[in-house]
Amino acid sequence: MTDISQPGPPSRVAAIARRIATEGATLVVTLLGLLLMTFLIGRVVPIDPVLSIVGERATAEQYDAVRLALGLDEPLWKQFAIYVGDALQGDLGQSIRTREPVLEEIARYFPATLELATLATLFGVLVGVPAGVLAATRPGTLADQVVRVVGLMGYSMPVFWLGLIGLLVFYGMLGWVGGPGRLDSAYQMLFEFEVTQYTGMILIDTALNGRWDMFANAFSHIVLPAGLLGYVSMAYISRMTRSFMMNELGQEYITTARVKGMPEWRVVWVHAMRNVLVPLITVIALSYAYLLEGSVLTETIFAWPGLGSYITNALFAADMPAVLGGTVVVGAVFVALNMLSDILYRVVDPRAR
Amino acid sequence: MKQGLNCGMVLAALLLGTAPAALLAETPPDTLVIADAIDDIVSIDPHEAFEFSGVDLNNNLYDTLIELDPADPDQLIPGLAESWAVAEDGLTYSFKIKSGITFSSGNEVTAEVAANSLRRVVKLNKTPAFILTQFGLTPENVDQMITFDGDTVTLKTDKAYAPTFVYNCLTAGVANIVDVATAMANEVNGDMGNEWLKSNSAGTGAYVLRSFKPNEGYILEARTGHWRGDALIKNVLMRHVPEGATQRLLLEKGDIDIAREMTPTDISGLEGNADLKVQNDVGGQLYYLAMNQKVEALANPKVLEAMRWAVDYKGMTDTILKGQWGVHQAFLPKGFLGALEETPYSLDIEKAKALLAESGVTLPLEVSLTVRNNQERMDIAQSIQNTFGQAGITVTLDVGDGKQVLEKYRARQHEITVQTWGPDYPDPHTNASTFAMNPDNSDEAKATGYLAWRTAWDPKELGAMTEAAVAERDGDKRKAMYEDIQRTHRDTSAFVMMFQQMSQTALRANVTNFYTGGATDSAAYWTVTK
Repeated sequence: MTDISQPGPPSRVAAIARRIATEGATLVVTLLGLLLMTFLIGRVVPIDPVLSIVGERATAEQYDAVRLALGLDEPLWKQFAIYVGDALQGDLGQSIRTREPVLEEIARYFPATLELATLATLFGVLVGVPAGVLAATRPGTLADQVVRVVGLMGYSMPVFWLGLIGLLVFYGMLGWVGGPGRLDSAYQMLFEFEVTQYTGMILIDTALNGRWDMFANAFSHIVLPAGLLGYVSMAYISRMTRSFMMNELGQEYITTARVKGMPEWRVVWVHAMRNVLVPLITVIALSYAYLLEGSVLTETIFAWPGLGSYITNALFAADMPAVLGGTVVVGAVFVALNMLSDILYRVVDPRAR
Repeated sequence: MKQGLNCGMVLAALLLGTAPAALLAETPPDTLVIADAIDDIVSIDPHEAFEFSGVDLNNNLYDTLIELDPADPDQLIPGLAESWAVAEDGLTYSFKIKSGITFSSGNEVTAEVAANSLRRVVKLNKTPAFILTQFGLTPENVDQMITFDGDTVTLKTDKAYAPTFVYNCLTAGVANIVDVATAMANEVNGDMGNEWLKSNSAGTGAYVLRSFKPNEGYILEARTGHWRGDALIKNVLMRHVPEGATQRLLLEKGDIDIAREMTPTDISGLEGNADLKVQNDVGGQLYYLAMNQKVEALANPKVLEAMRWAVDYKGMTDTILKGQWGVHQAFLPKGFLGALEETPYSLDIEKAKALLAESGVTLPLEVSLTVRNNQERMDIAQSIQNTFGQAGITVTLDVGDGKQVLEKYRARQHEITVQTWGPDYPDPHTNASTFAMNPDNSDEAKATGYLAWRTAWDPKELGAMTEAAVAERDGDKRKAMYEDIQRTHRDTSAFVMMFQQMSQTALRANVTNFYTGGATDSAAYWTVTK
C-alpha cells in the first residue's frame, strides 16, 4: 500500500489549482447571488407579469390560464430553482412582448453597446491617464487647474444635456460629425445589403469587409457619443490617476530614484506608474463595466440601439424576463471584468502572484 | 501643458477628419427616410400585429379585400376584391377577387388563397383575431364559415350584422391577405409561418420588406408592376429615433424626410423654417372621466351634469395639452362613421354650482379622483381638482401606477377616474360596444371588457340601441343611430368625454401626400412624393 497521506511541500501547481478552485467557488456564489437578487426583484416589483401579457381587456379566465402557464402558482423556492436551472443552460426566458428568447435579443443589442463603450473607454484611458499624470507632476500649476476643472465638468454635467448640446453644436451647427444613429441613411441601407455582418459592431464589420467609406461614416457617427461617454470616464480616470500618482511621487523610493539622477520621465512613467497601475486597473475596469451597462440617456438621444435602451424599453413594457435577463448579463459582465482586472493585477504586481 | 495641447490637437484632427463623411448626409432621392418611435412593435405578422407602428408597416406590405381610402379614411374602396355584396339573409357576404394580382413571391392571389388567409387569422388566434371571431368564427367552424368558389370568397356570420360593420372590420390590419403558401413553406412547429413572418413579408402590398431590426428600423423596397400602380418612391427607410429633439435635429439637417414623434415644443421650434412643414391629423385615443355609479352622490344626474360644466376643456387644450389633444365630447373619435364633432359643454362654474345646489347632495361633495402617476394625467387631474373645487366638489387625488389604477377601475373600486381609450378596429361598434353596452351590471358578472360595467353604469336603452345599430343594414341610418346614441350618452352617462388625440407630423417641405390614416392609424407610404 502506498502512503498517500504524507503531504509534500506545496507545489506551485497545487497553489494555482487551489486559487482557481477558490475563485471558481467565489464566482459561483456571486452568480447565484446575482440570480437570486434579480429573481427576488422580479417578484417584488409592482408589475403584474400576467396583465402585461394578456392586456387590460382580457377576461378572468384568460388571465388565470396565463398565470398557470407562467408557473406563478408554484411556491417561490420552486420558481427560483426552475429559474436557476434554465439560466445555467443559457435560457434566460422568453421576452413577454416579443416571445423571442431574451438571450438572442440581448445578443442583438449588445454589440452596439460594446462598440460604444470600448471606444469611450479607450478615449478615457488615452486622455485621462496622461492628463492625470500631467496634473500630478505639476500640482498647482495652470495645467493641473485645467485638468481638474475639465474633470469636474465631466463629473457634474448631466450626460443627456451634454449629448444634446454636443449634437446641436458639432452636428447641427458645425457639421463636423454624423448625426444620431450608427450610419447615414444611405449607408444604413448599403450596410444591410452589402456588408457581411460578423460581429454586429459596425466599425469592425466594415473594416473586415474593406468598406472604408462606410467605416469613415460609422466613425463620424460614433465619435460624438463615444467622445462624450469617454469624457465622463476620462474625468473619473484622470482624477484617480492624479491622486494615485501624487501619492506615489511622495514615496521614498521615488526620492531615491531622483537622487540617483534618473531622468524625470523614467521616474514617473516607469517607477511610479508601475505602482499606480495596480489600483488604476480596477478604476478602468469599473468605468468600462459601467459603460457596458448601456447608457440609457445617451442611447436615446443618439438613437443608438444598445443594451441600455433595450432594458429600459423592457421595463416600461413590464417585460420582466427581458429586464432580469439584461440584469443578469450586465452582472455577469461586471463579474468577468472583475476577474480580468484581478488577473491583470497579478501581471503588474509580482507580490500578488 | 504641452501634453494637454497635443491631446486637444489629436481630438480636433479626429473630428475634422470625419467632416467629409458627414457631408454625404442628405437623404437619397429614391428613398423616403422616416423617423419614428417603433419600439411598440411586438410582431409584424399581420395576423398578430396590433400596435400602431406594426399596423402602419403592414399597411404598406399587405392589402385587404376592402380598404379605407388613405385620403378620406371613412370611404370604403376596393382592395383585392373588385366587388362585394351581402345576401338577403344578412348572413352571407361574398367578395369577388380581382384577377391578375400577384404576391411578392409571384404566387397569384385567388379566392382560395384569400379564404385561407382569413382562416389563418382565426386558427392562429392571436390578440387581434377577435376582430374577425366576433362574427361567430372559431378555429373549428372557420373552414365551413369561410369558403371559396371560382373567384369568389364567401364569409358567413353567426347573425345579421350591419354590413358596414363587417366591411370596416375587414379593412383592419388583421384582415390583410397573406401569401399562405409561402408562409406555410416556412412553418416551424405548427406556427403557420408566424415566426418567419416576424422578419419577412409575404403580401401584395406596394412594398416588400427587405430588412427589419426591432428597435432599430426597417427597409422597404417598392414592387414593380403593383396593381395599384407603382409606389412613387423606390425605398422606405424607417429609423427608430425615440427622442423628439433628436428627430428635430435630423429633420432640420435634412437627414430624414418625415418626423413622426415630435413634441409640441419641438414642433413650435420649427416655425419660420421654410424648408419644413407641419401636418396635423387626429389620432384615435380619447380622454374621459368615469364616475362610479355605486357611489350614491355620483349616480345623481344633476351631479353628473354639473361635472360636465365643471371641466376646463379649452383651458387644458390651450395649455398643458396643446397640440397633443383637442376637445372632443363624444365616444366616437373624429374619422369614424357617425363621429359627433359638437362640443356643447364648456367651463361654466356658475351653472355647475346651480346644478349641484339643485341636486340635493351635501356640499361640498367630497370625492376621490383615481389617476395614474404620469405627468400629463396628473396635469389633467389637477386642473379638474381645481375647477371642481370652485364648483363645490372637493377632489382628493388618489395617485397610483398604471397597474394599481387599472386594477382599481376593473374592480369597480374607484370613485372618479381619468382614463384613456383607443378603438380596436375602424368601426363605431368598437367604442359603442364598450361605452354604451353593459348586459349585466352585477358585481358577479365581472364584465371588465365593458367600460360601462367597470364604472357600474347601466346604459339601459342605449344597450339595445347599440345592438340595433350594429345590425342596421342601411349605412346612412346606421350613422344617424350612432349620432343619437352619442348625444344621449354625452348628456346622461356616467362618463365625461373630454379630449381626442391629435398627431403632428413634421416633414421636409418637398414631401407631399403622406397620409397617417388619422384615427384608424394606418400610414400610406406609396402615395408619397418628394
